[in-house]
This record gives sequence, structure tokens and C-alpha cells, in this order.
Amino acid sequence: MNVKSQTYGSIAFVERNFALVRRYIGWEVVFLSYNVVNALAIGLIGATMGKDMVLYLVVGAMVWGFLSILFHEISESIAWERWEGTIEYTFMAPISRFTHLIGNCLFAIIYGVIRSSLILLIIVFFFGISIKGANLPGVLVILVVSGLSFVGLGLVAAVLPLLSTEKGAYATHILEAGLLLISGVYYEIDVLPVWIRPLSYVSPATYTLKAMRAALLEAAGFSELLPTILLLLATGLLLIPLGMLIFSRAEHYAKRKGKLKRAG
Amino acid sequence: MEAVKCDGLIKVFGKNSRKVTALDRVNFVVRRNEIFGIVGPNGSGKSTLIRILSTLLIPDAGKASVFGHDVVREYSRVRRLINRVSVDAAFFKGISAWENLRYAGRLYGLGKGEAKERSLKILNALGFAEKRFCEPLEDLSRGMQQKVAIARAFFTAPMLLLLDEPTTGLDPRSKLDVQNYVREAMQGKGCDLTIILTTHDMKEAELLCDRVAIIIDGRFVTSGSPTQLLAQYDKPGLEEVFLEITGREWKEVEVEC
Repeated sequence: MNVKSQTYGSIAFVERNFALVRRYIGWEVVFLSYNVVNALAIGLIGATMGKDMVLYLVVGAMVWGFLSILFHEISESIAWERWEGTIEYTFMAPISRFTHLIGNCLFAIIYGVIRSSLILLIIVFFFGISIKGANLPGVLVILVVSGLSFVGLGLVAAVLPLLSTEKGAYATHILEAGLLLISGVYYEIDVLPVWIRPLSYVSPATYTLKAMRAALLEAAGFSELLPTILLLLATGLLLIPLGMLIFSRAEHYAKRKGKLKRAG
Repeated sequence: MEAVKCDGLIKVFGKNSRKVTALDRVNFVVRRNEIFGIVGPNGSGKSTLIRILSTLLIPDAGKASVFGHDVVREYSRVRRLINRVSVDAAFFKGISAWENLRYAGRLYGLGKGEAKERSLKILNALGFAEKRFCEPLEDLSRGMQQKVAIARAFFTAPMLLLLDEPTTGLDPRSKLDVQNYVREAMQGKGCDLTIILTTHDMKEAELLCDRVAIIIDGRFVTSGSPTQLLAQYDKPGLEEVFLEITGREWKEVEVEC
């Protein structure tokens, strides 16, 4: 297939997923409200601990919101197709698996940016936060490079519902919750028990949050952020091909064992 | 060149006491531009065979090719030549027929305009009310959903169409609409289409197929044109041919399943 067909293929997933968002707009409002209230509540807890803590915690809520959307949308896209029974049609379509998965990732990034921006606007308005001194271009670069890492993690996690719809979905949620615990979303990782800390060091979210806080709270410049940006970029460039490779192996296994059928 | 060639296909699911042989050394050839019917009760291996030809399942042994391309090694070439309709109209039911078809069209390299034009043409021919094109699929009847599934398969202009029990569970009117459309599509000018149709409706097989194979417990027990089979076994219908070969009533087998 040529580039045009593969591009159409990727657009297909973006269009389809936005059609589903429109269809279930009521649920979107529910989830957005929940996320906003959650971020505000966390910010208010910060307010009781001092003004600096508001932004510290709100950054955690925001970044985690964005990264978890990426992770969740990518890994859940396979589970959803299995429930609907469309997975066989998607897998037998004349597009590469790369096109298929990149299409889902592209949607996740656009959707994540829209939702996170809405939440940020509400938070800024609610707390009257000023981020004038912050390194906003740095923030954007960090979001993009850490997005790559989470896309890679999402691809690895998408394998689980491919092999077992229900158990795979459970495992994906546990993995997501584990990342929340170990990545220092609302606290410094130093407070974690010593035996958990090694896990924090391998989570890309740990570095994202650290760099994001440095850019927003301390107005750290690009020279200070560069080592973390390069680390996150390298992690993303490693995890995405690794995720693709694991996914293609899992697809081969599923095709041998007859696991691509509708589930649900 | 034959459209489809299967040589010694074997597929086994499960292990030890739960082992089920879905296909047991299946050999057959489908000629270009014919409708080849595979009839058999539920669980006889029809859908397993369709899944192998759809590149969704890897056989344990044997080979299958579509227009000379191996379905395992050259799966991406095969996917450009085929499409499929399954017994359950698998769609994103919350969104409309058009949104589902636009999505499917994009996967096959069709632009929005082309996808809409082609799908409406097919749906009109199937008697689908155009005003319901933009309604969520979950609001449409089973028959209407299956017509959208037929449109999804035909509008990508495949060279090989795999119809896996496309009329099962449809009301008589919808069934007739689908059968008529399949016949008309094969007679269309410049049509280069080959169809494999699986069904457990013997009458449908007699009506639509150029050749028919009967599959029982993963094995092809006989094949030929409906006329040949009726003459060979000296029977008035395929159901009687089935009785002659297996010693069991077709209706009885269907009830068991």
C-alpha cells in the first residue's frame, strides 16, 4: 500500500474515535467533570499546605491526566474493538499494524491535549494561578517527548487485551495504577519505601514530572532541562519500536491460537 | 489461476482432553469468478476455514493461497484482494452506518466521497432506507445492520469475497434482498469477483452456488455443482444428499448444534 493509503488508514482511527466521543458525549462530560473536580480537590489540599504546593500538586494532576489518557486510550483501543467484535475486520484490513497503532496514538495525543488544556484553563481560572515566569516552550517539549514514552508503554500494554480481553483489561488498569504510585505524581519519590524506589527510576513519568515542575515552578531553562528531555526522548524511541515488536509477536500468537474472535 | 487453493489444511484448538480438530486435511480449489459454497452444521469448521483465508488464523499444517499468494507468508498481499461478511454484523454500534462505512473505506484507501457514493449505491440496491444512513447502528434492525455489513464488504471491490453465513438470522425479506444482490453483483458488467459462501441453508447453497462442498467435523465429504451432486446421489435436494452421505437428517444435525 502506498503512503496515501496508509495515511487514510491512520486518519480512519482518528475520525472513528472522535465519532465515538461525539456519540458518547454525555460520558465525556462526566469524565471531564470528575477529572476537573479531582484536580481542584488536589489543588485545594495543596492550598492548606502553602501556595507553592498548589501548583506543585496541580502540575502532578495535570501531567498524570495527560499521560494516563495516552496510556489508557492506546491500550483500551484493542479491548474496545474486541468487545465490539470489529477487531477481525481491523486486523484483516490492508494497512500495516504500524499505521493502525499510530492512528490510535495520534487520536490519543490530540484528545489528551484537548482534555488536558480544558482542565488547565479551569484550574488556572479557579486558583488564579500565574505562570508568567514559567518556561512554557520547555513545558511543551517535555509533554511531547514524554508523550512518546507513554505511547510506547501504551503499545506494550495493548498486548494484554489482545491476548485476553477481560484479564488484559484488569492488568492494564493495575499497570496504570502502579505507574501512578511509583512516579511521584503528588509527592517526591524520596518518600517511597526504599524497595519501591528502583521502579520509580524506570518510570518515564518520574522524569516528566520532575522536569515539568522545574520548568513551571523554577522557570528552569532548556540547558537545565536538556538531560531529562534527551532521556525521555531516548526512552520513547526505545519503547515505541519495542511496543510494536511485542505487539506483532502477540498478534502472531493470537492468530495461531485463534484469539482474535469477538469477546463479549 | 485458481482464486483459492487449500492443500492439506489442519487446524486444531485446545490441548489434551479439550482438543478439537476444526479442520482435518482440507483440500479444495475455487475457480476464479465462481461462487463456491461450503455447507455444514455449526461447529463443522466453516468459520475456521474462512478465518484462515482472511489471514486471521494460522493453520497448524497445510497451505492456503489466494490468487497464488500464501495466506500466512504473504498476508499483506492477500488482504488487498479480499473482504468478508461474518454472521454477526460487527460494527461500532453507537455510531452510524455512514461513520462505520467511512472508517472501513479509509482502511481500504477510499476517500470520503468515493466511500459514500459506493456504499449508498450498494445499500440502495439492497433496499436499505437511505434516510437511516446517519442513524446509530444500534437503532437499526438486524437485517439492516447485515445490509450495511454487505455494503462494507462489496464497496472495497474485493477480488475474493468471503461470505460467512451472511443470511443467518435474517428475516425472509432481508434474506432475499441479500441473495438477489449477491447474484446481481456476480452478473455485473466487467465483474471480477469470486465468492466463497458458507451457509447452513442448503436451499441458499443450491440457489447461489456454482459448486458446493459439504463439510462435516472439519472434513470435506463431497463436492461438486449442485446439479452434479443431485445427479450423483440421485436425490431431489442437497438436504437429501447430506442424509445419504452422513446417515443423519440435516434438520436433526442443525438442532443438535
